[in-house]
Amino acid sequence: MSLLSIFGVLSSAIFAGTSLLYTTLGEVIHQRSGIVDLGLEGLLLVSASTGFAVTFESGNPYLGVLAAMLAGGLFNMVFGYLVINRQANQLASGLAMMFLGFGLSALIGNAYVGAKINGLPRMLLPGLSGLPTLWTSLFKFDILIYLAIPVAFLVWWLLFRTRWGLGLRAVGENTDAAFASGRNPRLVRYQALFFGGLLAGLGAAHLSIAYTMTWGEHMTAGRGFIAVALVIFSRWQPLQAIVGALLFSGAIAFQLLLQSIGVEISGFLLETIPYVVTILVLVAWGGNRKHSAPASLGRVYYGRE
Amino acid sequence: MPQRADTYPKILNVVVRYLLMILLALLLFGLIVRIFGKDPFQAYKDIFTFTLGSTYGFSEVIVTMIPILITALAVAVPWRVGLINIGGEGQLYIGAAFATWGALTFQNSPAWILLPLMMLLGMLGGALWAFIPGYLRGIGLVNETIVTLLLNSVGIMVVGFLIFSFWPSPGDTSMTATFVPAALLPTFFGTRIHLGLVIGLVLLVLYWFVMKYTRWGLEMRAIGGNPQAARRNGIPLKGYLIIVMCIGGAIAGLAGMAMVSGFYHRLLYNFSQSVGFMGFLISWLAGAQPIGIILMSFVVAIIVTGGTLLQLTIALPYAVINILLAFTLFVVLARQGFFERKKA
Repeated sequence: MSLLSIFGVLSSAIFAGTSLLYTTLGEVIHQRSGIVDLGLEGLLLVSASTGFAVTFESGNPYLGVLAAMLAGGLFNMVFGYLVINRQANQLASGLAMMFLGFGLSALIGNAYVGAKINGLPRMLLPGLSGLPTLWTSLFKFDILIYLAIPVAFLVWWLLFRTRWGLGLRAVGENTDAAFASGRNPRLVRYQALFFGGLLAGLGAAHLSIAYTMTWGEHMTAGRGFIAVALVIFSRWQPLQAIVGALLFSGAIAFQLLLQSIGVEISGFLLETIPYVVTILVLVAWGGNRKHSAPASLGRVYYGRE
Repeated sequence: MPQRADTYPKILNVVVRYLLMILLALLLFGLIVRIFGKDPFQAYKDIFTFTLGSTYGFSEVIVTMIPILITALAVAVPWRVGLINIGGEGQLYIGAAFATWGALTFQNSPAWILLPLMMLLGMLGGALWAFIPGYLRGIGLVNETIVTLLLNSVGIMVVGFLIFSFWPSPGDTSMTATFVPAALLPTFFGTRIHLGLVIGLVLLVLYWFVMKYTRWGLEMRAIGGNPQAARRNGIPLKGYLIIVMCIGGAIAGLAGMAMVSGFYHRLLYNFSQSVGFMGFLISWLAGAQPIGIILMSFVVAIIVTGGTLLQLTIALPYAVINILLAFTLFVVLARQGFFERKKA
C-alpha cells in the first residue's frame, strides 16, 4: 500500500463526490424555502444529458456546463408550477418529475449514447509542478472541483447574511408571517427552485462533462436521493453539506482502498452508508426541536386572496 | 362557473373531465416527440392498437398492471391511518429477496408448499423493511416519510449485494439462476398473466371490505381523521401505526414476490424500474379509493406497456414513455386548477 495509491484513491473520491455537494446545496435551498424536491433525480438526468449534448455539439465544455445549469433551473420551473401555482402535493409531484426526467433525458441523450467528448480541462494544484508526472496526474482537478467549497460558502452567505436569504428562510419557516412582513411567498419559492435548480444542474454537469465524460441512461444512479438524505444529515446547513458530501466520497474512497489492498467488500453495502448514517442521525436527534427541519417544509401555500 | 357545472350529471362530468385530462397529456407528449422530429400520431396509433386492440397486447397490459396495483395498495393501507409510505420500492425488493431465498433453498418441495411459503416469505421481508420506519414513527421518534424514502435505495443495494455475492447465476452475475418450475406462479390462457392478478384483486376487495365493514377499518379511518381524538377514545394508536405500516410493507413484499415468481422467474438487480414509486403516485392520485386505484393502475399500465413499442415504431428508447406517464400524472395532480374555479 503505497502513498501513491492512497492519493490516487482520494483523488478519485473527490471526483466522484463533487457533483453531490452541488446537488445537496441546491436541495438545501429548496428545502429552506419549504419545498421538498424528490424530482432531483430527474433533474440531474436532464441536466447531465443536456450538458453532454451541448458539449458534444459545440465542442465547448463551458457552454455545456451553462446549458446543464439552465436545464436544471428550467426543469424546476415545471415543478414550481405544479406545487406553487397548482398547489399539488410536493412528494407526489416530485416523483412525477422524476419520471419526466427519466423520459426527457432518454430523449435528449438518445443520439449521444457512446459518444465521447473533451471534458472540462483539468488544472494542477498550484505549487506542485515540481512533482513527477505520475504524481501530478493525481492533483489535477477541473474548475468545478476547485469551486465546490467556495460555492458552499457562497450559499451560506446568501442564506444567512443577505436580505434575500432571510426572506427565503422566513418563507420556509412560516409562509403567513413572511407574507405579512411584505414578502411574496410564491415568488420567493420560485426563486429558490430556480437557483437551487441551477446548483443541482451544476452538479449534474460535473458528473457528465467532467467526471465520466459519457452519457448513459440512469447514469446518476440515485444521487438525487442521496442528496435528499444528505440535506437532512447536514441539518439544512450549507457548510455541513460539505461534511455530507465527504461522507459519500469517503465511502467510495474506503471501497477503492479496500479493493487496492485485496479485501473484497461489496460496493453495494458501502453505498448504503450515506442512507444508513442519515437514518441513524435522525434517530439520534429523536425529534429534538433544535435540529428540526424548516417548519413549513412540504406545506402548500394557499395564499391570501 | 360552478353553477353551470352542477347542472351536468355527476358521473358524466367526471368522465369528461378525466378524458380531457388524458387528451391534454397526449397533446403535450405529442408536442415533445414532434420537436424531436418523430411522428407522434404513428406512435399513438401503434400504442393503442397494440394495448387495447389486440388480445396479446391487452394481456401484456394486465401483466404490467399486477405489481403496480399491488404496490398502490401497499401505499393506500398506511395512508388510511395518515402514514405516508414512499418505501414501496424498497419493501418490494426485500420481499422479492426473501421469496428468492425460499425458492433457491427449498427447490425440491412441491409447488403447493413452495409457492405459499414464498408468498409468506415475501410478506415477511416487506413487513420487516416497513417495521423500521413504522416502529420509529410509532414511538414518536422519526417521521416515517423520510425513513421509508431512504430505505428504498438501501433495499435495492441489499438485493444487489445478495445477488452478486451469494446467488449469481453461472452466466450472468447480475441475476440469479432461473427458478425451478415449482417456484413459478401459474399463468393463465397461454399468456403471461399470472396468479399475481388474482392476488392483487383479492387484496383490493379485502382492502375495500375491511375499510368499509369492519371495526378495524373504522378505527383506522378514525386515526387517519384525528389521531389524538382516536387515542382518547381508547384506540391503541401506537400499535395501529406500527402494524398498519408492516401490513403495507407485507403487501409490497408480495408484489415483489409476484414479480420474481410470476414474471421474471428469477431475481435480477434493479428489476422493478420504479414500480414502487408508480404505486405511490397512483394511490395518492386515487385518494386511496379502491375504484380509483384499479382505474389509475390500468391507465398507467397501458402507458408503460406502450413504451415497448416506441423503439419499434419511431426509434426512440423505451424510457421516453416516462414523459407521457409524467404528463398524465401532472394533469391529474394539477386538476383542481384546471377544471374547478377557485372559490374566492
